[in-house]
Amino acid sequence: MKFGVVRFPGSCDEVDALLACRRFGDAELLWHGDRDLRGADAVVIPGGFSYGDYLRAGAIARFSPVMEAVAAFAADGGPVLGICNGFQVLCEAGVLPGALLPNTSLRFVCRQVDVVVENADTSFTRACARGDLLSIPGKHTTGRYYAPADDLDRMEANGQVVLRYAPGENPNGAEHDIAGVVNEAGNVMGLMPHPEHAVDPLTGSTDGGKLFESLAAREPVLA
Amino acid sequence: MKARVLIRPKEGILDPQGQTVERALPALGFHGASHVRIGRLVELELDDPEQLPAMCEKLLANPLIEDYEVELLGTGDSANGAP
Repeated sequence: MKFGVVRFPGSCDEVDALLACRRFGDAELLWHGDRDLRGADAVVIPGGFSYGDYLRAGAIARFSPVMEAVAAFAADGGPVLGICNGFQVLCEAGVLPGALLPNTSLRFVCRQVDVVVENADTSFTRACARGDLLSIPGKHTTGRYYAPADDLDRMEANGQVVLRYAPGENPNGAEHDIAGVVNEAGNVMGLMPHPEHAVDPLTGSTDGGKLFESLAAREPVLA
Repeated sequence: MKARVLIRPKEGILDPQGQTVERALPALGFHGASHVRIGRLVELELDDPEQLPAMCEKLLANPLIEDYEVELLGTGDSANGAP
């Protein structure tokens, strides 16, 4: 299993994402100008402030050469995990439904949050059980998940809401307390909290590792 | 051709920036202002104004969360500052 971790100008969590991936498989960095994914079996779009996040968070990064390759890879069913800014990029690219809006507090939130696994039957959560609580750090200013009400209802019915902030934990005003979603096909996930910062006992929780573990186990499980 | 694109949060989308400004106004003695919404103004010069709608849809605005209005201001040759 080989992970490719995309680095844009302005990314800042790509090294932690790389280290998290390497706990469960091989991983290498992909540069934003790359036009191929160097044989990656799964792609991680990490957090940060791609291209300065000018205009809207993630709006410019979606036009980078590597994103064309990522979009094609996702369209073929390849697993793609977008974390924080990566989630924003995937929403701007239309690969994931919805959009991320500024937190209702208008403040940068940086704290550990508890999220509930709502769907453990995805490539990203199969190492969890439904109802599991994961303690993962959240750190963002633009994390308020929004989608039109009809879309939200459809996503809820399809099991596309994969992670939800535990009651009272919503740090940003997200609709339906949504912390993470998958696309309709289930092969692309975006989440605002940072699982890559929760993989080492040294920093507290190792719950974030479950997502990378799930992805690394993907092929054997499906075989 | 000069143009302006006015982008604002869609109706029904919570605008905490607008709310914060709305709450600040009475503190300064300005009363009776409500429904404050804050958007973005993009000014640009274009060779081909027909590209503007696609530019708005693909980049300048996110149509899921924002409405936009396009205003064409004529050629930039004579205009020096505001029209």
